[in-house]
Amino acid sequence: MDRPSAESASPAADRLRKGFASGLRFLKSFPADHNLRPATADSIVAGMATFAETRSALCVEGVCKSFGEVQVLTDIGFEVSSGEFVTLLGPSGCGKTTLLRILAGLELADRGRVMLDGREMTGIPANRRPVNTVFQNYALFPHLSVRENIAFGLRSRRFSESAVAERVGVALQILQMESLVGRYPHQLSGGQKQRVALARALVNEPELLLLDEPMSALDAKLRAEVQIELRRLQRRLGKTFILVTHDQDEAMTVSDRVLVMSDGRIVQSGTPAEVYERPVSRFVAEFLGSANLISGSRVNGHVETIHGPLSVSGSPGWSRGTLAIRPERIRVCSRRPGMNGVSARVREVIYRGDHMDLFVEPGALRVRTAPRADLRAGATIWLALEPEYLVPLSD
Amino acid sequence: MGMRRGKPLWLTVPAYAALVFLYLPMLAVGVFSVNAGRHGFGWKGFTLEWYGRLLQNSQVLEATRNTLILAVVSTVVATVLGTVLAIGMSRFPWPRRWRGFLDFAVYLPVVTPDIIFAAALVVAFGLLRAVSAAFNPGLLTMVIAHVTFQIAFVALVVHSRLVTIGRTLEEAARDLYADTPYLLRRVMLPLLMPGIVAGAMLAFTLSLDDFVISFFTAGPDSTTLPIFIYASVRRGVTPELHALSTLIFLATVLLVLGLERLMWLSTRQEAKG
Repeated sequence: MDRPSAESASPAADRLRKGFASGLRFLKSFPADHNLRPATADSIVAGMATFAETRSALCVEGVCKSFGEVQVLTDIGFEVSSGEFVTLLGPSGCGKTTLLRILAGLELADRGRVMLDGREMTGIPANRRPVNTVFQNYALFPHLSVRENIAFGLRSRRFSESAVAERVGVALQILQMESLVGRYPHQLSGGQKQRVALARALVNEPELLLLDEPMSALDAKLRAEVQIELRRLQRRLGKTFILVTHDQDEAMTVSDRVLVMSDGRIVQSGTPAEVYERPVSRFVAEFLGSANLISGSRVNGHVETIHGPLSVSGSPGWSRGTLAIRPERIRVCSRRPGMNGVSARVREVIYRGDHMDLFVEPGALRVRTAPRADLRAGATIWLALEPEYLVPLSD
Repeated sequence: MGMRRGKPLWLTVPAYAALVFLYLPMLAVGVFSVNAGRHGFGWKGFTLEWYGRLLQNSQVLEATRNTLILAVVSTVVATVLGTVLAIGMSRFPWPRRWRGFLDFAVYLPVVTPDIIFAAALVVAFGLLRAVSAAFNPGLLTMVIAHVTFQIAFVALVVHSRLVTIGRTLEEAARDLYADTPYLLRRVMLPLLMPGIVAGAMLAFTLSLDDFVISFFTAGPDSTTLPIFIYASVRRGVTPELHALSTLIFLATVLLVLGLERLMWLSTRQEAKG
């Protein structure tokens, strides 16, 4: 680990204890309502950001895993800074849940290492890792009340009765669940169950919180609310979160950084804007939103395509390959644009209220634009495919 | 009239006939147990005399005591062992091939004919007797014999409960710092309890009713109720026997009803959770 040695000098146990104490003070310093005063939130976030730069909370190196003949994870490596919200995004079966289980200690990697805050975690079982998980279907204990569910992790570590009561109280307050303490899981709605699962994990003050598709059981409207709430909560607590999802909107909404996974590999890592605007491959371009893929060959400084020669910013690394451009990045012009102009005929117009989708010929381009009355099927228009939005893909 | 609400006669009549056929013998025994006449099939008036006499019959009381001791002790032992076996079977990382073999090994005693099992036990105890006199026929050998066939039933019931619960809750508990004893005490046992109790009640009923295995492994001082009834019937059927049979039947019915109720409660809890 390439962390400053001054930090690793302090013993882990001591740090853990200090962490708990400061975390608790921190939790208490906030009012119960989650609409935080911006000044407070900002200062905290700023504080966390400087803190985060100095150390890496999680470091994963060369992790491989197979189940029988099936290779599920291949040479996974990444680092997560303290206080960062990272999403593992990928279609089902890409290995993201297996990776999360390896981080939790519920699954053992065949090869590779997992380091947490500089400490080797690879062989440590789940019950001895300072990591907690929000499971996909929450996995609340059906025979325990909300209070006892939340207290579980404290009681199993033999915390004193007063410490349990205090911490559970704080967690209940933060997630606004004081009225639910006596209920049992089957008496809760999906959203409430999710909050109990979150509280049950967070009450332990984990160094790393793992969330396995925590929204998949919620309906679309609630999911959108909960995503924002989760994002705010993470900012407020300054904890390191790793979330697994197949929902690209969710990944974009909550994360500082997205790791896009496909077939057991991390294919791209970056901020939501980076992975969306500069996808490296067809897979990433098409998995995150929709993309127009234009194949062409490099001739002198530009790319020859069926739409004519197109200039691109920077030189593509191939002689024949694919360019991607997002539908909303294609500009509709009334006259021929100065650069990368494409003449096209509107084949179909789909009105979507806040925007319009055009399908144009030739080349089956999809264009997203603000609603306009003059764009009808059959109209001939000019499109500008500006070089900065044409992204050369690696495959 | 005969075709009310789509229930055809050709279905309902045999169904009721089958029910009567099933319960008529038991009903007859029940009726004769309160018939004042000692001989013949004529109704001579209602009496509870035969039940009263049972309570004064030292042989019956002795046999009842043996039966209950045998049932309780063997059930307790079999429930503990069967539960451990079920947890071990489904939670230990057995290789794939072993898994099938284990399932088969546990299921086999359930379908083995009692008489074969009993004969095998006689041989086994014969060999063990060479080691220790404790294996002379008696209550101990009977308890061991009952435990051996009860374990499989308990293990099967608990195992199916384990499958229903799934592994996620266990993983959640592990994730929340539970070590193995805490996991068992706080999560596994409470969740398994309906299965364990159901398995125990099944085992208890089986022990209570068992004749074949008890008969083969019993000693002179360890007569149980089924053995006593068998011996008495050979000397002639008496109203006392009817009364005794009726009581055993009622006890079994209560146990089975309790079992059903428990199963129902646990499935309902499942549906709600």
